[in-house]
Amino acid sequence: MELFTQLLTAAVASGTPLLFVTLGGIFIEKAGIIQLGAEGLMLMGAVTAAGVYLATSSLPVTLLAVLLVGGLLGLLHAFLTVTLRANQIVSGLALTLFGGGLSAYLGKAITGIPLSGAVPKFDFGVLGQVDLFTLSSLALVVVLQIAFFHTSFGLHLKAVGDNPATADVMGIRVQGMRYFAVIAGSMLMGLGGANLLMVFSPTWIEGMTTGRGWIAIALVIFARWNPLGALAACWFFGFLDTLGFRLQLAGSTVPPYFLKMLPYLLTIAVLILVGWRTQHRMSRAPQALGIPYIREQRF
Amino acid sequence: MDGLPAVEFHNLVKQFGTVLASDHVNLSLAKGEIHALLGENGAGKSTVMCMLSGVYRPTSGEIRMNGTAVKIHSPKDAAKLGIGMVFQNFRLVQTLTAAENVVLGDSSPFWRTRRWMERKTREIEALALRVGLPFAAGRPVARLSVGEQQRVEIVKCLYRGNSVLILDEPTSVLTPAEADQLFATLRKLKSEGKTIILTTHKLKEVMAVADRISVMRKGQMLATLDRAQTSEREIARLMVGQDRSPPKTRVPREPGEPLLIMDKVTVVSDRGRHALDEVSLTLNTGEIVGIAGVAGNGQKELAEVLAGLHVWKSGTITFREFRWKGPSVRGSIKQGIAHVPEDRMISGLAGGLGSVDNLLVKSYHSDERANLGFLRTALNRLWSQGLVEQFDVRTAHLDAPVKQMSGGNQQKLLFAREIHQRPHLLIAVHPSQGLDVGATDAVHNLLLGLRAEGRSVLLISEDLDELLLLADRIVVLFAGRVMGEMTHERADREQLGMMMAGVT
Ligand SMILES: Nc1ncnc2c1ncn2[C@@H]1O[C@H](COP(=O)(O)OP(=O)(O)OP(=O)(O)O)[C@@H](O)[C@H]1O
Ligand SMILES: [Mg+2]
Repeated sequence: MELFTQLLTAAVASGTPLLFVTLGGIFIEKAGIIQLGAEGLMLMGAVTAAGVYLATSSLPVTLLAVLLVGGLLGLLHAFLTVTLRANQIVSGLALTLFGGGLSAYLGKAITGIPLSGAVPKFDFGVLGQVDLFTLSSLALVVVLQIAFFHTSFGLHLKAVGDNPATADVMGIRVQGMRYFAVIAGSMLMGLGGANLLMVFSPTWIEGMTTGRGWIAIALVIFARWNPLGALAACWFFGFLDTLGFRLQLAGSTVPPYFLKMLPYLLTIAVLILVGWRTQHRMSRAPQALGIPYIREQRF
Repeated sequence: MDGLPAVEFHNLVKQFGTVLASDHVNLSLAKGEIHALLGENGAGKSTVMCMLSGVYRPTSGEIRMNGTAVKIHSPKDAAKLGIGMVFQNFRLVQTLTAAENVVLGDSSPFWRTRRWMERKTREIEALALRVGLPFAAGRPVARLSVGEQQRVEIVKCLYRGNSVLILDEPTSVLTPAEADQLFATLRKLKSEGKTIILTTHKLKEVMAVADRISVMRKGQMLATLDRAQTSEREIARLMVGQDRSPPKTRVPREPGEPLLIMDKVTVVSDRGRHALDEVSLTLNTGEIVGIAGVAGNGQKELAEVLAGLHVWKSGTITFREFRWKGPSVRGSIKQGIAHVPEDRMISGLAGGLGSVDNLLVKSYHSDERANLGFLRTALNRLWSQGLVEQFDVRTAHLDAPVKQMSGGNQQKLLFAREIHQRPHLLIAVHPSQGLDVGATDAVHNLLLGLRAEGRSVLLISEDLDELLLLADRIVVLFAGRVMGEMTHERADREQLGMMMAGVT
């Protein structure tokens, strides 16, 4: 029992940064834009958090800085893809490469300096200690779930991502919605990186996200663009991640490389399973995903 | 009709690349009138309408409302001025329900409980019923037939209570009865002082409903006429610039052997109910069989099953004495079945590709078109050029994306691809939908030409005139069942109408 709760806590801790990024990805894709810059945004979020916290020791200032950096990079992506109609894949990849390089450069001076006790934890009795990030990620899931499916905003966002030409003639500001979604979603992606650094492994190391941004992009599909689905998917992935790590600690004879592979392999297995069961159903993917909107163009 | 015109166009110009779609157009719409805008496919009707609804921004010129110049830079601006439009290519979000599409764009209330949505759904269904264009408002639009989608598109515009209504071919997929209902609603709106501008290719409708008629050709406004002082003939002549050549006549002809035999075929639709219920149907060679019925009564599924696109649950299908085991698109094509689907820009043509590629998609693997898997590019261009000329498809050049062609020319291109291979059976679904008189005649002549060659046509249409003109036999579908059948000689419009409504 003891082991089980430990495992669960660790799973949530590992899954929460992914949850922020996945929710951000869902938000952006719902508006019809692909954001492959998640990895770069996470790294930029993490290095900003490390640098600003070490300098100011203030959590609010740190979080504001992270949101600002994520938002600015989101604005750049939105400007490139929505206004200039650049290729969304290329813009996203560029953002990942740029974020990786810049964060490595900015983080040189603070590499290896640990941050401790940066994030307050709340005691929830039997549930144990829950940190601020985990708590807010749960709140975020609820807020987004309601916003997406029970508000006029959610309906408009879906229309923009599925059929921008229709949304446009119904008086919805397509480009404005897309800007908003890309900026807000990118902020969440940066926040995911900050969470990883401040809670999960509190020392800045170059490339510390080790592909989590990419996993989150896969989880967006796995979660079928649904915030509650994202919660389940991210915690499940976190669980697999932890399991591999624990088995390794327990002195399993399985080679460690294989254990590290485990979560990714299982993800593929689950994707196959889910895909198999839903292959005859209509895809939930936003129908205009990746297609820029030009009002006067015939379609 | 006194006072200032509700809407005025002053030297409105719209240029798309090298195409002058609207060439110094002047037009004025009075308050409380129904104004018909007519012209061939590609004349520029939609372009002019889209400038009023804020979708296209004029290259130059001015729009005035009640005497003052207005700036319409976006559909939102137009909505603020009380202008609403029914689009020729429906503007509907397929993944949302019909009711959600209708309320789209309203930001209040922000919170939407299930109860609120249910109430709205009922409200919209009541409105739809009141104007005589009912549909299931709680259903996703993707699950509605084209006819039903047209109704949603119209109701969506009425729901907003606009004072200027633009209707771009609102009746092309409605049944005559539904069209009459719509016109009754429009007359009522007119008496309330609303301004209505509409296009249609059916001159009968124009004569029945319009107060004034404006005719366009090649981007230019030719004339505005009073309905009372003109005739169908005069309008048609203005539109095409010459007298209409009479269509080929249908010569009586004995049908040949059975070509297609469907025996008690049952099809379960995507919605899970029986779209076709034990339908038995025989088609002979050299025969045009018409399928009449209100949209959503199984026509779509019938066409899809025969084209190899849909499974059937029970019953047998025999084509040229070969019994089918299951659906196969390749198989249907190989056996000589051609298909002109109802949604030509979705499953008929690839909008972004040019004419050559679109003509190739069904034959690219044949030895004539490809050599060891490599396309014979030069040869295929020549072949496409030939087809484009033979079928009189008007396009800027062979590689221009087909989505930029006018509706009539798209349809001719689709026909070119489907019939050049001399199919045994052509399934034509709403073949003249949205086509001008000239293009409609061309399509009818193509169908009669196939029949004269001893080939068969399954003509699915909601246009009774078309069926009465072309079909040797008319079969009526209602709720997935065959309600009855009439030969060309015995066909009676009224009785057909009754059967279409499910009355025997
Ligand atoms: N968005 C666009 N981009 C490029 N060309 C266009 C566009 N819209 C229209 N055109 C061109 O402008 C001309 C007029 O088109 P329009 O759609 O207004 O004709 P229409 O009279 O509505 O014809 P139809 O009866 O087929 O609907 C055509 O040559 C068309 O190819
Ligand atoms: Mg048009």
